[in-house]
Amino acid sequence: METVDDVRAALAAHDYLADEGLATAIFLAMRLQRPLLLEGEAGVGKTEVAKVLSRWTGGELVRLQCYEGIDAAQAVYEWDYSRQLLHLRAVEAGGGEVVEDELYSERFLVKRPLLRAIGYEADALGATAPPVLLVDEVDRADDEFEAFLLEILSDYTVTVPELGTFHASTPPLVIVTSNRTRDVHDALKRRCLYHWIEHPDFERELAILRLRAPEVPERLARQVAAAVEELRALELYKPPGVAETLDWANALFALGQTEITEATVSVTLGTILKYREDQDRTRAHGLDALVRGSIERTG
Amino acid sequence: MVDTALAGSPALDRLAVGFVRVLRSSGLDVPVGSTVMFAEALGAVGCAQRDAVYWAGLTTLVRRPEDIDTYRDAFAAWWERTGSLSVVPVEEREVTLAFDVEGDDDDDDPAIDGEEQGPPSVQVRYSANEVLRQRDFADYTVEEFAEARRLMADLRFAGAMRESRRLRASRRDHGRPDLRRTVRRAIRNGGEPIDRAYTRHSQRPRRLVLLCDVSGSMETYARALVRFLHTAVAGRSRVEAFAIGTRLTRITRELSSRDPDIAIAAAARRVVDWSGGTRIGECLREFNDEWGVRGMARGAVVVILSDGWDRGEPEVLGEQMARLHRVAYKVVWVNPLKASPDYAPLARGMAAALPHVDEFIEGHSVASLEHLAAVVARDGGPVQRSRT
Repeated sequence: METVDDVRAALAAHDYLADEGLATAIFLAMRLQRPLLLEGEAGVGKTEVAKVLSRWTGGELVRLQCYEGIDAAQAVYEWDYSRQLLHLRAVEAGGGEVVEDELYSERFLVKRPLLRAIGYEADALGATAPPVLLVDEVDRADDEFEAFLLEILSDYTVTVPELGTFHASTPPLVIVTSNRTRDVHDALKRRCLYHWIEHPDFERELAILRLRAPEVPERLARQVAAAVEELRALELYKPPGVAETLDWANALFALGQTEITEATVSVTLGTILKYREDQDRTRAHGLDALVRGSIERTG
Repeated sequence: MVDTALAGSPALDRLAVGFVRVLRSSGLDVPVGSTVMFAEALGAVGCAQRDAVYWAGLTTLVRRPEDIDTYRDAFAAWWERTGSLSVVPVEEREVTLAFDVEGDDDDDDPAIDGEEQGPPSVQVRYSANEVLRQRDFADYTVEEFAEARRLMADLRFAGAMRESRRLRASRRDHGRPDLRRTVRRAIRNGGEPIDRAYTRHSQRPRRLVLLCDVSGSMETYARALVRFLHTAVAGRSRVEAFAIGTRLTRITRELSSRDPDIAIAAAARRVVDWSGGTRIGECLREFNDEWGVRGMARGAVVVILSDGWDRGEPEVLGEQMARLHRVAYKVVWVNPLKASPDYAPLARGMAAALPHVDEFIEGHSVASLEHLAAVVARDGGPVQRSRT
């Protein structure tokens, strides 16, 4: 992995087509060993980036799905309390004395994603590549959690008071995603590289369709990509993302279609537009115009 | 690695610093750490190709999609000027790129300058406050405005509470078992979990979203209301503030400075359509699309401060209010005109919005804003949900 183009090629070889901006961001994240913060509309493939990086590098994918109220016990580590209690009882039943250190040893430690990503060598799983840590939808977590995350991402160290310090010899590759329901704190942003993922243009969307849904005939794929591009220009509440494009192409293919028609678009509209208002707007715009435009455009 | 020789070289650092200076003069806020990161990135991708430098800069120096356009323009101008990056003693000359912001001069002077001669009577402070608290912002003198600012600074938002998913230790003997503390105590009792501990859900305030109309028709009130916005934003966490006029402007960051004068000056610089027209419906749509429905307004108390005069189509406003109402916990509309005795919501926009409003209150004086603070804090949820 020497240049940005190498990254693009490697991602493409693992079924992810990145544009130059995203490829540069990923290249720099790996080279500078910085976390990469990805933002963008829902469905543009933010989470997918982490998955493909894991497939490519061979590092284990460690996913931390954020939600409101997430805390250290769910993100870093927790003690296995029921096993501790059982152990206490067992020792006591055998007439022994419980030493506290015994209870707080690694065998009673439940490692959550952040600790697994940092202390992966302690796991001795035989994996050579550092794990890919995906911190998904960080904007859903509370701001206190962000501060905590920042601390861990700054020096890749976790301290368990009863046990000692875990430190990653090679930092994991960190992908942080956010849907911008609120601003991620500046301190965290400063620590990260940043990339805003746009919807793909026609050519790249078509390439993605050909790659991810190879069974869909090319003619249909072209028409679908053209129609989706037009839909995105309609000022919808939720413009369709790549995931919806794929769903739609697959749905049309499953219905045995080789090209789009007004009737089939009408019955499959729910696979790309998930708001009633958006469907109404599209119908008011004219499904026949949409279909005709897409067919004309792709020849 | 590309350009290994260049990595960390002073030439690259100078280059990075030079470009960051251009960016800053275009209005982008670039911390020093990002400059360092940019220099490192240049070391990794090289600086011979325009696109490589462009993307390296974008990923290290820009942290908000709103800034991408500014970055693109600044980059184009800079690259044009610098040509190639190999020879770059960066000039000391400051380059100002087209990013002029208006509205710098309207910081403190209150709306009404003509009525400066207030009654010369000497009143004791408390009662003066009482009078002032009830007075319409539109009738304020300069001195009264200053006093009202002090009054407003005392306003505090409690915020309606809701249950958080975060667990706290509980003193009671029921709820969800707290195994962590139970184990700790069991060790004391020779492994017998006699003394059991419990947790409960903690409470946290709902997010408060304030949308303030700064159009021409609201001019006499907007200045006072922006003060009020500042009090709210600086006073507690989880408050978001937006200005609506012909466009939507997020001013939370500007208002979060502790010093009200600095904060309001910053907000005024940010809002370019101060005292312009109103397209409340369009602005709400933008708010719903970009922020609200995505999560900011979900379960939040949303307060709209506006007189409801909308130059756009009332159907747009009605539809957007309905969307907002579906995700928000409570929608409060504050209309300064409502205080006048013969007020009826005749503005078409106001009429279209009202079915989707939980509480419709006045906002023309400090006292009414105190009432608003109480409405925001009130628990028990929307009062008139049935009207939808």
